[in-house]
Amino acid sequence: MSTYERSMALTGQPPKQMKTSQKLASLLGMSGLFILVLAAFNVEFPASGWWLSASLLAMSAGIIWYSYSTYAGKHKGIKNDGVWFKSISSQGFWGWMAGVALTGFYIVLYFYPEYLGLAEKGGNTGVIALFDPLSKLLSGNPASQWFVYGALYTVAILAFGIKFLWKYRHNRYEIIRTISVMFFQTAFAFLIPEFMARLNGDKLNLPYYDLKNIWPLNYYNFEAYRVKSFISSGDIGLALLIFGIASVFIISPILTFYFGKRWYCSWVCGCGGLAETAGDSFRQLSDKSVKAWNIERWVIHSVLVFVTLTTTAVVYSYLGHDTSKYWLTKSTFLYGVVGLLTLVFGWAMLFKRKQLAKDAQYGAIGYFVIIIALVGMHLYSEEGHIFLFKSGTLRKNYSFLIGSIFSGVIGTGFYPVLGNRVWCRFGCPMAAILGFQQRLFSRFRITTNGGQCISCGNCSTYCEMGIDVRAYAQKGENIVRSSCVGCGICSAVCPRGVLKLENGPLKGRIDSQQVLLGNDVDLMQLVNQK
Amino acid sequence: MEHIVIIGNGISGVTAARHIRKLFDKRITIISAETDYFFSRTALMYVYMGHMKFEHTQPYENHFWAKNRIELVRGFVNRVDTENKLLYLDGSRKVPYDKLVIATGSKPNKFGWPGQDLHGVQGLYSKQDLDLLEINAPNKKVCQRAVIVGGGLIGIELAEMLRSRDIPVTFLVRESSFWNGVLPEGESQMINEHITEHHIDLRLATNLKEIKADENGRVKSIIIEETGEELPCQFVGLTAGVSPNVDFLKDSGIELGRGVKVNRFLETNVKDVYAIGDCAEQHEAIGNRRPIEAVWYTGRMMGETLAQTLCGNRIEYKPGHWFNSAKFLDIEYQTYGWVFGARGRKENEAQFHWRHPQEKICLTVAYDKDSQAFLGINTFGIRMRHELFDRWLTEGREVKHVMTHLADANFDPEFFRTYEKDILHAFSEHTGESLTPKKKSLKRIFQSL
Ligand SMILES: Cc1cc2nc3c(=O)[nH]c(=O)nc-3n(C[C@H](O)[C@H](O)[C@H](O)COP(=O)(O)OP(=O)(O)OC[C@H]3O[C@@H](n4cnc5c(N)ncnc54)[C@H](O)[C@@H]3O)c2cc1C
Ligand code: SF4
Ligand code: SF4
Repeated sequence: MSTYERSMALTGQPPKQMKTSQKLASLLGMSGLFILVLAAFNVEFPASGWWLSASLLAMSAGIIWYSYSTYAGKHKGIKNDGVWFKSISSQGFWGWMAGVALTGFYIVLYFYPEYLGLAEKGGNTGVIALFDPLSKLLSGNPASQWFVYGALYTVAILAFGIKFLWKYRHNRYEIIRTISVMFFQTAFAFLIPEFMARLNGDKLNLPYYDLKNIWPLNYYNFEAYRVKSFISSGDIGLALLIFGIASVFIISPILTFYFGKRWYCSWVCGCGGLAETAGDSFRQLSDKSVKAWNIERWVIHSVLVFVTLTTTAVVYSYLGHDTSKYWLTKSTFLYGVVGLLTLVFGWAMLFKRKQLAKDAQYGAIGYFVIIIALVGMHLYSEEGHIFLFKSGTLRKNYSFLIGSIFSGVIGTGFYPVLGNRVWCRFGCPMAAILGFQQRLFSRFRITTNGGQCISCGNCSTYCEMGIDVRAYAQKGENIVRSSCVGCGICSAVCPRGVLKLENGPLKGRIDSQQVLLGNDVDLMQLVNQK
Repeated sequence: MEHIVIIGNGISGVTAARHIRKLFDKRITIISAETDYFFSRTALMYVYMGHMKFEHTQPYENHFWAKNRIELVRGFVNRVDTENKLLYLDGSRKVPYDKLVIATGSKPNKFGWPGQDLHGVQGLYSKQDLDLLEINAPNKKVCQRAVIVGGGLIGIELAEMLRSRDIPVTFLVRESSFWNGVLPEGESQMINEHITEHHIDLRLATNLKEIKADENGRVKSIIIEETGEELPCQFVGLTAGVSPNVDFLKDSGIELGRGVKVNRFLETNVKDVYAIGDCAEQHEAIGNRRPIEAVWYTGRMMGETLAQTLCGNRIEYKPGHWFNSAKFLDIEYQTYGWVFGARGRKENEAQFHWRHPQEKICLTVAYDKDSQAFLGINTFGIRMRHELFDRWLTEGREVKHVMTHLADANFDPEFFRTYEKDILHAFSEHTGESLTPKKKSLKRIFQSL
């Protein structure tokens, strides 16, 4: 790097300045944001909704105009010129500034919502008051910090989604996938729950429910207060509860079998949606080293163990002992969980041992930790206590450490520093489950096109999950990795048409053989001898 | 322990080293003057364009080499003493070897143009060339016009690179249409259009006469042979092909032609000395291939082959069916089997060309007039499945079979528009025989697995 950097210092930087129209567009977007900042500092705006509309419109229009002036005049194709020269997208000064600002926002949002103007008993002020008109329009209730967050989140996915559509307009996979995440965010995450809240009344008492959020992502779904309100809401409530359980055990495994985890992670999920749209400029920042991969596997599976224990403990704590009162008791439930885990573990060990290779040991450790913990729970817990913890302590810790700090503050706040899928890669327990299945029992793979790879590294660089795609492609191996979210970008940026995301037969999906074509057959046999 | 020394840390040398390490416990040393670690030469353009940082072009992490006990030496080999099995590095250091692999790659051609060594004139091959380019053409202020001489794959890459920084580019191409020594005319024509569309000043059938200097010995303009026109410019890129990088072997006793002469076992005339990659020249061309094959894949394949030989399993270099790929600005190109441009076309080769009415998408299929055997395919803007064409070529399929089964071979991402029907329709008109397309079948595609 030394000569390269020196030469740049000598003769000036490569072009990375913004065009005038891009600057104006940024200014417009910033002005929208500025209204929110002013509101946060308690500048009084009349609560008519005009200022809110102005702010949201200015932000969206700014982003869309910026995209227009960036991409519209160019031929369709890959648009990565200058990515590593721009400070915002290469961990430079502006990248860090954006990281600090986002992180700050999340800290306030999660831990100090009163600074945003939240008032428990009505009479919101500040930013939250600014959003009251919209919230009342949708659900009839005043806004909360979560409503503000949800609205901004949706605007971000929509506006940056349009940017993404422009950028990848030559690629129909990317177009359709992006329209899908935009739709699911707007309808399922934002509008439907608000309308559901509007329906609530004497007979109906539905909890806030984003239908596409599946356990363990919504780790709270089976908590006492939610289950109670589901059950107390008649048929609709029961249907939702059953849907919640079915989506974990039936719907998601089936879809993952046919399409890989991408059906969720890059087509439906809100976290994924934000990462793919607003986070698209940061995908190249993910760490591709083997070390990062090792850390990833430990952390994400620990989170999975953590959430399994937490949820089991929470459900366990509100169930009774008496079968005559309710068929599901503490012990039936616990045996059920132990049985299910044993089944999955036994299946993987019996049939998939080879694919798991070294990971089998880690899986075994995880399994036994859970089982021992569960048995311990049963033996040593008293009413209201699990082990030594008060019931609910585990759950609080989970929601603080994982739900807030990891998924929000680090996961999204660090986009410009660690890449756009930090949470999805290192933290998300849903991704861990889907990934486990994708690796072992799914038709999805990324096929490598014979011997065409030139090892250029575009695919690895732009893989947001930090997968070293090239390492497989240059050997002619298919990519079957549990972390792959199927965003399709590796395939899009490959200049030689080497990669294809596809669903096909299970047989031969994971090539343990290197099938580099181009060489004569006898040699390939020799090369494949391990 | 036997000591294998490889000169050159490009794809061929590194592939050989990796495979030797897999097979045997020999001492392996790789010497290179260019960089400390292996990088992908094919990705140089993306560093200048800001798609990647230089370290992204390195396929292996730095700890890989020590872990696999492959010793890396940075230095330039000036002399090879085959009698005493000694290499001389940088004029002084000596490195002994038991077996020597020459994998020194290529260097850009210079055809003796007046002014070809001026400041601001360069080729694009090495990491050093990339660094130099950052000095010669960092932006459009320093470089208000660039001229590129030579219409091949590297020339068009260089043009794309410079355009990514908005530098005006004039592209001198000797041929009457871009790369038509290789491409059939319809395809070459489409690329001409695409080049112009990218605001590159394409000058076909135009040669460089001379490069003129200013008072500081920097390029100030070029003169065009045909018209005598003088074009002011601050940068000249010489991309008129490459030739083997073997000057340092002149007095070594190793037989040289344009490259290092090797037999089918990649052995030179001197015992225990081998050559692979861009710098190796076959005594006789293999099939339709050229005696010197300066592409990535062949370097890799030779590396794989030689590793077997060096580990006691002496085998011939037997490349399979030809394939290649490239990208012309926004258009991806793939080829399988042989499709010739007007110049190389043989008597029996018939061609069918299809081009999309609006988009920059086309393909050409070559087949044998007499036997109807499928010979090869070029596609532009459509990705194709290597494995399938390899299979069809091996099975000696008729062109009809290939054309009706094109859907199986499509390798574009999911949801992309497909054109098999249109193509087959046009082909039916071309041959006068009406054919119906077969639906894509996963069973057929994955059968061999
Ligand atoms: C810009 C560019 C783009 C390309 N794109 C493609 C493509 O898309 N597809 C494709 O198939 N091919 C492409 N090629 C060609 C491909 O890169 C080469 O065929 C391939 O790199 C050759 O590999 P090699 O191992 O034979 O030699 P090289 O990669 O050239 O490696 C040889 C090494 O040996 C070193 N060396 C030479 N002499 C000495 C000495 N005396 N002492 C010490 N070290 C020495 C050199 O410095 C060099 O590092 C491209 C080439 C370039 C320049
Ligand atoms: S491997 Fe490809 S499809 Fe999978 S996450 Fe990485 S870039 Fe996306
Ligand atoms: S982008 Fe394509 S050619 Fe480049 S390393 Fe990846 S698979 Fe290979």
